[in-house]
Amino acid sequence: MEERQRVQPIDEEELARDREDQIYIELAGSSPCASCKLLRRRCAKDCIFAPYFPPDDPHKFAIVHKVFGASNVSKMLQELPIHQRADAVSSLVYEANARMRDPVYGCVGAISYLQNQVSQLQMQLAVAQAEILCIQMQQGPHELPTTHHQSLVDCDMKSLLLSGNNNSSDFGDQMMPQFMSYTSSSNNVIQDPLKRESLWT
Amino acid sequence: MYRFHKLDKTTSTRCAVCKYFRRRCPQDCIFAPYFPNDNPHKFTCVHRFYGASNIAKMLEEIPVQLRAHLVESLYYEATCRIQDPVYGCVGIISSLHRQIQIAQSQLAKTQAEISVLDANFVVTNEPSSSLDESLVQQNGVDHGLDDPFNPWFY
Repeated sequence: MEERQRVQPIDEEELARDREDQIYIELAGSSPCASCKLLRRRCAKDCIFAPYFPPDDPHKFAIVHKVFGASNVSKMLQELPIHQRADAVSSLVYEANARMRDPVYGCVGAISYLQNQVSQLQMQLAVAQAEILCIQMQQGPHELPTTHHQSLVDCDMKSLLLSGNNNSSDFGDQMMPQFMSYTSSSNNVIQDPLKRESLWT
Repeated sequence: MYRFHKLDKTTSTRCAVCKYFRRRCPQDCIFAPYFPNDNPHKFTCVHRFYGASNIAKMLEEIPVQLRAHLVESLYYEATCRIQDPVYGCVGIISSLHRQIQIAQSQLAKTQAEISVLDANFVVTNEPSSSLDESLVQQNGVDHGLDDPFNPWFY
């Protein structure tokens, strides 16, 4: 009973915002998108942000706006065909989140970490395949015929070596070595960005 | 007659950012150490996606010794976004995840093969039966008895 009777202090700013929202609703016929709400402007029917920044997730636009800026995001979206904009927004949200977690290196820190993981796994694979060869040599020629198996191992080694050179664009290969020894200061798990159950939407 | 143009001392020492905005480059310009005027492309790339004011805010928020790394990472991300306007460097991250999955499954497969080979090695190194020995002695020739577990034996 006492809690119900407690009088809440009037927040003038919140009241003003609510009034503005009401105006938006009356003019637009629907709730303004998260971007127009944050930017305090009328949400037009053809608002470029509206399909991708719904009002129930204000944090999504806030983080993208903080890192890239609304006008830059708008320009980026305008340059893309409509069917690619949702994915572009998701990738921008991912990059913005990465930049918030790691203000110095952002996504580049994640790339460096993952490249290190790939290198380590490839080394482990090479060691394991060398071990197979050793075992085969120890077991002698009367064991499994090595011709067929040897060609399989050679193929694996070839694909292993080739795959190590194809992990990023040419520009990435030029830029990345200077970040190779970096270990991110953040301890967050780096998830596959294109798995919907992780960081997207 | 030669025309002497008034030398603008600030023109030659302006950083790429101040040159872009056609303004005077102050001595304490926050951009100057990281955007030299001999590489205008760097700033135009970064400015296209982040904007000068956002870059300035980011630079102000981190220690001086890390600002060069920040600028390089922003430049890298901006260049990735130019090459891939939809996914940017997130496409590279996704590709690396796939490579890790492939490498992990190959490693697991190879380690399983090692286990099988090790098991075969242990079996074939067990001492041979007395019957085999007698056959060898009878013929006087060691035929190098084949591994009965070798599939091509049959």
